Amino acid sequence: MRERGPADDLEKLDARLRQAAEGARQKVPGGLNYDRPPGSALGLALRVGVELVSAVAVGLAIGWLLDAWLGTRPWLMLVFILLGGAAGILNVYRIARGFGYAVGYRQDKPTGPQRPGDQGPGIEG
Amino acid sequence: MAEGHSPLAQFEIKRWVPIQVGDIDVSFTNSATFMALTVIGVSAFLVLGMRRHALVPGRWQSMAELSYVFIANLVKDTVGTEGRPYFPFIFTVFMFVLFGNLFGMVPYGFAFTSHIIVTFTMAIVVFLGVTVIALIKHKLHFFTFFMPPGVPLIMAPLLVPIEIISYLSRPVSLSVRLFANMLAGHTLIKVFAGFVVALGLFGAFPLAFIVALTALEIVIAFLQAFVFTILTCLYLNDALHLH
Repeated sequence: MRERGPADDLEKLDARLRQAAEGARQKVPGGLNYDRPPGSALGLALRVGVELVSAVAVGLAIGWLLDAWLGTRPWLMLVFILLGGAAGILNVYRIARGFGYAVGYRQDKPTGPQRPGDQGPGIEG
Repeated sequence: MAEGHSPLAQFEIKRWVPIQVGDIDVSFTNSATFMALTVIGVSAFLVLGMRRHALVPGRWQSMAELSYVFIANLVKDTVGTEGRPYFPFIFTVFMFVLFGNLFGMVPYGFAFTSHIIVTFTMAIVVFLGVTVIALIKHKLHFFTFFMPPGVPLIMAPLLVPIEIISYLSRPVSLSVRLFANMLAGHTLIKVFAGFVVALGLFGAFPLAFIVALTALEIVIAFLQAFVFTILTCLYLNDALHLH
């Protein structure tokens, strides 16, 4: 067994410290995929349900408030429930396509951090 | 709680110190008590854990360090270096939700995260904060967020409201997810606890189930705190980078 001097240990520690400092500045590509939190198929199903319902609820609320403001009851509410349903489908579509939680369609983000899970369908959750 | 026979009795708000300011009821309730306990618990966990700040940490200190490093890495990986200024807020959110969930698991405890008003308030703070950050950073360019690129202008009247609703549904889905998980878990445990008494000798089966369910609930307490935090980070990332 080779004898390890204290200088040797310090050199190794120095290398590790440098590596850690490097890691603090740069993100490791291909690391954990945070876009989809860990979870089962049940978790995914729950998420899809929540997204669908919450978008319709927001549409309903906006329509109701606009109606109360403009006095057009019930027409804007009907329109916004439909728009809310569309937004809910859109949210679910984004989850299924692996767009993550992002609003919008721009998948290639030159400035944003890498998201390994962005490509391909992520339906298997 | 103990005397309540309904599985939902555990979520009842009780005024412990009734206070009335004008027309507003600001009583100190069991919910407020557990929020205060959570803040004290988190502070004690971190401050007392780091009291000795040894180079080689003990069990307690390494738990405190682990939670710090975990969230620091999460912020770094999802938001990047630009997210560093927001780390204190995100860490606070994580610890508050996590300890709130865990204190709800203590017998006779009260899970304030099982109230939609609590989770929605947190979600709306995150949502407004993130929107303000995006507006400050990108000014009016922020509103291109709601218009998908490469879409003919004639479709805008239809697509922009849909995108806006989709954006506004974020705080709702963020808060409902945490609230629904905690409410369902606690209710389920109470329902099965009712079976234990009703079934007499065969009550051992639901009792065993409750033991497993309690373990699952503790996992969910961690998982939902994590999910809430990670969504906060992803929204912050959207605001900072506007992809």
